[in-house]
Amino acid sequence: MSKHEAGRRLQFEIFRYNPQDPDSKPHMQSFEITEQPYMSLFMALNEIRETQDPSLQFDFACRSAICGSCGMMVNGRPNLGCRAQTSDLPDVINLHPLPVFKLVGDLSVDTGTWFREMVEKTEAWIHAKEAFDPGAQEQRMDDELAQKIYDSDRCIECGCCVASCGVANIKSEFAGPAGLNRMARFAMDPRDTRSDSDWFEVISNEQGVFGCIGMMACHDICPKELPLLEVYAYLRRKAFTSRMAD
Amino acid sequence: MSTQLMNTDVLVIGGGLAGERCAIEAAAAGHDVLILSLVPPRRSHSCAAQGGMQAALGNCVKAEGDNPGLHYLDTVRGSDWGADQEVAKIFADEAPIAVRELAHYGVPWTRVKGGRTSYFVKGERVEIEEKLENDGLIMHRDFGGTAKWRACYAGAGTGHAALYAIDSEVVRLGVTVRDRTEAVALIHEDGRCWGAVARCLRTGKHFAVLAKATVIATGGYGRVYGQYTTNATISEGTGAAIALATGVVPLGNMEAVQFHPTALSPSGILVTEGCRGDGGYLLDKNLHRFMVEAEPEKQELASRDVVSRHMGQRMRDGLGVESEYGPHLWLDVRHLGEKHLTTKLREVWEICRDFAGMNPAEELIPVRPTQHYSMGGVRVNKNGEAYNMAGLFAVGEAACWDMHGFNRLGGNSLAETIVSGRRVGRYIAGFTSSACLDVATTVVQDAVSNAEQRVTQLLANEGTGPSAYEIRDAMGEVMIGKVGIFRTESELAEGVSELQNLLQQCDQLVLKSRVPGMNPELSFALRLKGMLRLALVTAMGALARTESRGAHFRSDYPLRDDARWLNRTLVRWSGDEPVFSYEPVGVLDVEPGHRGYGSDERIEMEQSIDEYNQQVEQAQLEQGKIPAEDSR
Repeated sequence: MSKHEAGRRLQFEIFRYNPQDPDSKPHMQSFEITEQPYMSLFMALNEIRETQDPSLQFDFACRSAICGSCGMMVNGRPNLGCRAQTSDLPDVINLHPLPVFKLVGDLSVDTGTWFREMVEKTEAWIHAKEAFDPGAQEQRMDDELAQKIYDSDRCIECGCCVASCGVANIKSEFAGPAGLNRMARFAMDPRDTRSDSDWFEVISNEQGVFGCIGMMACHDICPKELPLLEVYAYLRRKAFTSRMAD
Repeated sequence: MSTQLMNTDVLVIGGGLAGERCAIEAAAAGHDVLILSLVPPRRSHSCAAQGGMQAALGNCVKAEGDNPGLHYLDTVRGSDWGADQEVAKIFADEAPIAVRELAHYGVPWTRVKGGRTSYFVKGERVEIEEKLENDGLIMHRDFGGTAKWRACYAGAGTGHAALYAIDSEVVRLGVTVRDRTEAVALIHEDGRCWGAVARCLRTGKHFAVLAKATVIATGGYGRVYGQYTTNATISEGTGAAIALATGVVPLGNMEAVQFHPTALSPSGILVTEGCRGDGGYLLDKNLHRFMVEAEPEKQELASRDVVSRHMGQRMRDGLGVESEYGPHLWLDVRHLGEKHLTTKLREVWEICRDFAGMNPAEELIPVRPTQHYSMGGVRVNKNGEAYNMAGLFAVGEAACWDMHGFNRLGGNSLAETIVSGRRVGRYIAGFTSSACLDVATTVVQDAVSNAEQRVTQLLANEGTGPSAYEIRDAMGEVMIGKVGIFRTESELAEGVSELQNLLQQCDQLVLKSRVPGMNPELSFALRLKGMLRLALVTAMGALARTESRGAHFRSDYPLRDDARWLNRTLVRWSGDEPVFSYEPVGVLDVEPGHRGYGSDERIEMEQSIDEYNQQVEQAQLEQGKIPAEDSR
C-alpha cells in the first residue's frame, strides 16, 4: 500500500457486452471508486457491481488464486483478478475479457468448455495398466518424482497462458501452454502406461510442442509460476528420444 | 408454455469432489449421469482444500501403529460425541482405500523419504530416522485432534490435486457436465424426488432435468456468514436450501458451524492447519505462545473448535493485535525455513505473498478464527438417502451423514468427500438399476413455472425496497456477531428476530438491473431467500440447544450435557416457518467421555448406554429415516 497515497481515486475502463441482449453493443465503460488497503480486483469489481452497475458480469469463486475462475486482461496483461492488487496498478485500470475463449458477457469467458476439450484431446488422465485393487498397498513413488509431477499438476486452468500465447490466439487446434503442460504432467508419471510412440503422436506436431514459437509470454504470465520453459524442453526431449527409440 | 426437458438416470447437483466421485461410481456401472455445476467442476470449492486428507495408512515413524480404529476414535472424540458412530467407523475403515485409489487416479501424494529427517514437534526440532523399507509410500503430516500423523497430502494443494484427478476420471468416463448451471428447485411428489429445475447461468433460462436418482453435492453454506468465511463465493448452501424448500426433507445440526483458527486477516483466506501440523505456533500481541498453557497436551493441535475458542478468548482479553479491521493473532512459521515453506507449504507461502504482501519465512502471519465448515446439512442415512424423500441423496459437506457431529477434524472432510462419494455412488448405482421414471408432466411443469414466477415477481418489485446486497451484508453481520464462536441466549434471540425481519424483506427487495440473460444481481437475489432460511435455522437451532458441544459453544451453558442433548437437531420448513425436532445421534459404541483436549467437565448421561441404544432405530425412523439395508 505504501506505493500510493491512501484513498486514491481509481478509474476503471471496463469492456462491456451482453450477448443475451439484442440491444447491447461491445463498448468500454468508465467507473470510479476509492482505493482501499489490500484492495484486489475482486474487491474493486464487486464494489462497482454492488454500488454502481449490478449488471456487470465477471467470475470469481475462491478469491485466493486457486480456483482459476477470474482470469482477465488487466492493462493488457492476463492475470487473476483476485490476485491483482490495485496498489500494484496505475490510477487508470483497463479490464478486458481473456481472448481465445468464448465470451459469456463483459469480463466473463467460457474457460470450462475450452479446458474440457483440451483434456479430452490430450487424454489428460492416467492410462492405467490395471484396474484399481482395493486390497493392495499403494504403488511406491520416489518423493522427488512426486514433487516434480506436483509442480506440473499445480496448473489451475485459469487460461492466462492461453490468452497470452501468440499461437493459441490464431490457431484454435494448438494445445496451448496449459495443454502442453498437461501432456508433460502425464508423460512423466510412471503410473501412465502410454508408450513413447503414443506420446510422439500427441506431442510431436504443430498442435503439440512444435507449434510453440518460443515467445514464452506464458512463462512470464503464469499466476502459479509453473516452470513452462522446463516443461517444453522436457517435451522436446521426449519427442526426440521417443523417435530415436523407434 | 412448453417446458424444456432433459432426461438422465442420475442427476448430480454440484461438481466438487463428493459429487464427482459419486458420478464416477454411477457412470462406471453404466448409468447415464449428468452433473450440474455453478462453475467448471475444477473450480469447485474442493480445490481450495490445502493441508491434507486423513487416512490411517501408518506409513511414517510418527504414524506407526495407526489403524482405522484409532482414526474412528479420534473422529468420535473430535465430534464431541455428536457423530453417528456407525458412519464414523464406515468412514475410517474405507479412507485408506479411497486415498490409495486417488493415487491410482494420479494424485501426486508427497512420499516417505527413508533416512534421517528433521521435523518440528511441539515446538522442538527433532530428528527421526524414517524406515528405508517405507521409502516411496504415501507420507503423513500431523493435524489437530489426532493420535497419530495421519493426513496424506500433496504440498498444500491437496484438494486441487484430488479434484483434478477425480475430474480427469469424470472426463475419461465421458460423464456430461453442464457448468454455469444452478439447480433452483427439486421436482418431487409424494415423497419421491424426480430431478430438479435448473437455471442456466449463461442465458437465465430455466429447464427441467428428470432423473431416477438426484444427488445434492453442493458443499457448505459458509457464505451465510457474509464475508466472514474462508469459503468461496459459491458456497451459498444452494443444495441445502432446495432440500429445505421441499418442506419434508430435514436438515441436520445446522447450528454446528466450524470456525477455522487460522484464516488470513483481513481477507479471510484459509491458511492450512498443516502449518501448525508441521510445527507452526500461535502467538498473541506479546509474542507469547499461549496454547502451551491452554492445552498442555495437544497445544496448537487440539481440535479446531477448542483452538478457535482459546484464540477468541485471547482477543476478548485484549491480547490480540489491534488493526483497522479488528484484532488478530499471529501464526509463526518462520522456524520451518524457506525451503519447507516453498515446497510442503507452497500454497501458504504464495497466499501470504499475494494477499498480505509478506514473506512467512521472515514475518509473522496475521490470523483470526473465521467461519470455515458446515457440519450440518441434508440429513441422510448411512447410504446417503435423504430422510422422507426416496430418490434424493446427499454427499460431502452438503450432507449431514453424520461423521463430524459438532466438530469436524481437519483433513476429515476431504476424506469424507471421497469415501461418501464412493459408497453412496455405489448404492445409487444399485438403486438406479431398479428404478424407473414415473412422474406426471404436470408436476414437472408446475415446478418449472414456479421457478419462472419467482423471477417475474422479483423483477416486478419497484420502489425503495432494500437491495439484495444490503440484505446479504446485514445477514453476514448478524451471523458473525450473534451466531459466532461464543453464543448466548440474549444475542441468539436478537439474531433470530433480526434474521426473521431480513427474511421478510427478501420479498420486498428491489433489483436495480433488469438486463436480459443471467443478470448477476437477479441470480444472487434468487438465492438469497434460501440463504436466509439456512441462516435462520442455524440461529434458531443454536438458541434452542442449551449446552456446549464441539463448535457450538454457549457461554451461558458452558458444559456438554449428555443427559439432555446427546442428540441431533433436525429442522424442516413448514409453511412460513421452521419446525424443529430431535433424534438420537446413533448407536453408541464409544461411551461418552473426555475428548483429551478442551474442558473435561460435562453433565453425564442418565440413561444407560443400552437404554439409549435400544431407542435409536425407532426414533430415527419416526423422523423419516429411510431404513438402510446394509450395502455390504
